[in-house]
Amino acid sequence: MGHMKDATQITDAKKRYSAGVLKYAQMGYWNADYVPKATDILALFRITPQDGVDPIEAAAAVAGESSTATWTVVWTDRLTACDMYRAKAYRVEPVPNNPGQYFCHVAYDLSLFEEGSITNVAASIIGNVFSFKPLKAARLEDMQFPVAYVKTFAGPPTGIVVERERLDKFGRPLLGATTKPKLGLSGRNYGRVVYEGLRGGLDFMKDDENINSQPFMHWRDRFLFVMDAVNKASAATGEVKGSYLNVTAGTMEEMYRRAEFAKSLGSVIVMIDLVVGYTAIQSMSHWCRQNDMILHLHRAGHGTYTRQKNHGVSFRVIAKWMRLAGVDHIHAGTAVGKLEGDPMTVQGYYNVCRDTHTVVDLPRGIFFEQDWGALKKVMPVASGGIHAGQMHQLLDLFGDDVVLQFGGGTIGHPQGIQAGATANRVALEAMVLARNEGRDIANEGPAILAEAARWCSPLRAALDTWGEVSFNYTPTDSSDYVPTLAVA
Amino acid sequence: MRITQGTFSFLPDLSDAQITAQVEHALRQGWAIGIEYTDDPHPRNTFWEMFGNPMFDVSDAAGVMLELRQCRKTFPDHYIRLAAFDSTHGTESVVLSFIVNRPKHEPGFRLIRTEEAGRSLRYSIESYAVQRSPEGERYGLRQE
Repeated sequence: MGHMKDATQITDAKKRYSAGVLKYAQMGYWNADYVPKATDILALFRITPQDGVDPIEAAAAVAGESSTATWTVVWTDRLTACDMYRAKAYRVEPVPNNPGQYFCHVAYDLSLFEEGSITNVAASIIGNVFSFKPLKAARLEDMQFPVAYVKTFAGPPTGIVVERERLDKFGRPLLGATTKPKLGLSGRNYGRVVYEGLRGGLDFMKDDENINSQPFMHWRDRFLFVMDAVNKASAATGEVKGSYLNVTAGTMEEMYRRAEFAKSLGSVIVMIDLVVGYTAIQSMSHWCRQNDMILHLHRAGHGTYTRQKNHGVSFRVIAKWMRLAGVDHIHAGTAVGKLEGDPMTVQGYYNVCRDTHTVVDLPRGIFFEQDWGALKKVMPVASGGIHAGQMHQLLDLFGDDVVLQFGGGTIGHPQGIQAGATANRVALEAMVLARNEGRDIANEGPAILAEAARWCSPLRAALDTWGEVSFNYTPTDSSDYVPTLAVA
Repeated sequence: MRITQGTFSFLPDLSDAQITAQVEHALRQGWAIGIEYTDDPHPRNTFWEMFGNPMFDVSDAAGVMLELRQCRKTFPDHYIRLAAFDSTHGTESVVLSFIVNRPKHEPGFRLIRTEEAGRSLRYSIESYAVQRSPEGERYGLRQE
């Protein structure tokens, strides 16, 4: 694109800085010839300009409002190296099959950002621009960070490799479950569920996002009973076990207090919710690094801004931010479960968490290459409406480095929680064994499960109960690029 | 009790044919297989004894299985596991680890609870077999 009248930057300084209002493109926030520098931070926005607003001017406005611009000319720009500080929109193209929507590429100079602060990145890139009147809607689709900026972050405190070494669990997905009902259980009752799940074969149990310290269960009671359950299950099985103790609280001081107590009881893992905010997440990450603790992040609240395709922030951006901010686990979707997620788009999120070097992959929604600079890998978590009968699909979609969480699919088992856990563990191990033997699990999966169910009655009961359950709804967030046929 | 460490402990004990298939899978990925044994199966006993170094230069599953048979002959009542090492940058760790031999009788672990201030407890786990006998005599004598 590039036919807009008046899209040219005014270079005559006197004209450029005389008081009044100019188009953002005229102010220098659009530059079709700009070649991004290797040290620039890049962002891709999907924008829907208001009727009659030129897409190039809209793109320039996005670049302007997310960097130095305000609505009118200010002479104080001339006190600064303003040409450098201006973000540059350098490419605008229509979104395939979506009239009125445009992808706009914006480059930001590295000097615009504070080192090691996702909060600063967010305040810059999504601070003002999403409320900007000339746009009907805007969505941050993807970002690329130069490795120089990546290296200003410590990243995950533990990472996939060290987590596995600590837990002594290799070559298969980890298994978890969220304690249910998520609200109302006393500490003693809650610990019972944790013990049964871990004793039956799960690696982890998990607090839910909204279990903090309510009248029915003070957080200290939960931690005390849960850790007795964890240690008892560990002694009963000879395995390292854990339960994500949610330390989310109203203040940072209280979160540290809860985390310290979790540590004093010997927990291997603590948990926070995304709604605590980026600064709190980075603070907890540093605490975890100092205290040999795995940090689990529940993405509570993300659906309010990640789900609708035309407005908000894509989850792939949140996943990139959280890898930089430094979490060890992040809920990243199930594709086959009860919550939103197109399979390839979800795989894109997983790749962002686990790659050492992410490549452009449009069918999976990845618009930028990303060198992760040896930053540790985040373990994605698949949680929400999944069951043992889907084990072949889950393993085929996500591979080994994932936590598969079956909450209802464990606790709702007709023979009890231990049986539910055993069914999931047997289904998983049977599927990994078969895959490694070279069997085509995507197609032979149901037969492989049926073979294991012949000698494992809990698995047989799980398949009888949930074997036919699926959640087939059209995803709201999928790629705009038709997947090309896979080359085998 | 049955110790459920390792990738496949919830399945019936693997046959030699099944173990061979897993070894072949590992070798196809370019991973090196190590054989390790112990009579101290504490969940945090990371360093089982190595039955030789990981076999970086063995490209044939039969070679691994020959070593495994030798290890089983020497330590018939020990825990033995195969561990696969991946040297790829970004991994450089164990990527598969499963038990291929275990004692006939597994007495399990005692959970020791030490009461502390408030309602806190400090936990430790102790193997009944380790507590009872010194190394090498815990699950039957080593076969020379």
